[in-house]
Amino acid sequence: MATENGVDTAGRASITEPTLRTDRWWIAPLVTFLGLSAFVLYGLIRTATQTNYFVEGAGFSYLSPFASPCVTDSCLPGSSHFGTWFGKFPAMVPLAIVTLPFLLGFRLTCYYYRKAYYRAFWLSPPACAVPEPHGTYTGETRFPLIMQNAHRYFFFMAVIISLVNTYDAVKAFHGTEGFGFGLGNVVLVGNVLLLWSYTLGCHSCRHITAGRINHFSRHPVRYWLYQRASWLNGRHMQLAWTTLGTLVFTDAYIALVSSGTINDLRFIG
Amino acid sequence: MSYQADFKVWRGDTDGGDLADYTVEVNEGEVLLDVIHRLQATQAPDLAVRWNCKAGKCGSCSAEVNGKPSLLCMTRMNTFVPEETVTVTPLRTFPVVRDLVTDVSFNYKKALQIPAFAPPKDLAPGEYRMAQVDVERSQEFRKCIECFLCQTVCHVVRDHDDNKTAFAGPRFLIRAAELDMHPLDARTDRAEFARDEQGIGMCNITKCCTEVCPEHIKITDNAIIPMKERVVDRKYDPLVWLGSKIGLRKS
Repeated sequence: MATENGVDTAGRASITEPTLRTDRWWIAPLVTFLGLSAFVLYGLIRTATQTNYFVEGAGFSYLSPFASPCVTDSCLPGSSHFGTWFGKFPAMVPLAIVTLPFLLGFRLTCYYYRKAYYRAFWLSPPACAVPEPHGTYTGETRFPLIMQNAHRYFFFMAVIISLVNTYDAVKAFHGTEGFGFGLGNVVLVGNVLLLWSYTLGCHSCRHITAGRINHFSRHPVRYWLYQRASWLNGRHMQLAWTTLGTLVFTDAYIALVSSGTINDLRFIG
Repeated sequence: MSYQADFKVWRGDTDGGDLADYTVEVNEGEVLLDVIHRLQATQAPDLAVRWNCKAGKCGSCSAEVNGKPSLLCMTRMNTFVPEETVTVTPLRTFPVVRDLVTDVSFNYKKALQIPAFAPPKDLAPGEYRMAQVDVERSQEFRKCIECFLCQTVCHVVRDHDDNKTAFAGPRFLIRAAELDMHPLDARTDRAEFARDEQGIGMCNITKCCTEVCPEHIKITDNAIIPMKERVVDRKYDPLVWLGSKIGLRKS
């Protein structure tokens, strides 16, 4: 994989092996590749099939985050928490088309995911001190990768979408006959809390709170917010993966309840 | 406990070289630099190795150990099993001088290009006053010992020698961040400098610099990404630009 422009460059120590690493450096990019691919595959299947994304009972109404907000005439009755803005969608068009592109953009431009997919998918580099296979490299200086600089705008959209998800989670406590509390509520609330943690721990959020200023002492409130964002930011990778898992788990749980495969464990109502 | 361990050490110069096999005694509590010194003392008196403090603070003994950029003096021998053959090579991003010694002058040239700290015009030396909370971000970057492990592991220059002109490397991007975040630095063009002269856009934040830093500086999260965000403020964010034009936002 090494090129004559890389570790084989004239003048550098002449070593035949492209890398001398003896550990299993390929495991991390492989796991990342499989994990992200699995999520994308699951998401594609679930958003394209558009079944079992909503279930309502006496004390609950669970809407999958993959279909939220559901704003078309194609949505099941009761699932359109924000009204219907569009007519019927053709098959395969995601019900949450108004938010999915922004969520995808938020994750794609996220500083953690960039590291993950640059390493696992583009092998740039596959691991530290392991040569990348590309002959030339311009980083994020040209189109399309220069668009990574739009991350903060996707962050703003992600905040709005998190508010929508929060509303869904609160509304999930109410069914056709009033208030209730079940395992599905725990799943939905847990998912929303983790989504907020991931969103507010974003590097752009950290910059916006106070990262851009040089005198924290003159802005104590902003500095307090910055410290909270920094705490979450230190766990950004873990939250990035955990939220992929909770999104899938929440959607799968609702799909299983909706299809009648399992019953929602009810605590109240 | 002592044991005999096998080593492969790169021997050579600009005309070429190869990995040479050695068997050297290893004693309990030693670091790799101790073993290299024993090798030098007993079998290879002409082995060239750069070192100084033996305490992980001078940044001299940078090399690659089993393919990973590391400080020889901070690589404890008990991290290897006795049967393991340990490979030691010079840094593979810079021109070799001889054996384990490389020419790191690329880094000194990049350092010279950075505009120095610019004190405020209305303050004389001795009048500087800063709150600790305002300088502690910059202080993290002052821990840098200039071992250049981050520079050697960075694939932007390691795998693409032609990028050495356009890209300064992680060590000098944290220097840029250190100065730009400094509460008393009077320059207002450091983000532009980071983009136009240091090539911060070439960094794709794969965090290898952070992984190898012996001072555990959060190079990517605390320096490069915040600098990238500051560059976005100045060059890519139309709302920030508009805000600064109509007076809603100070530069």
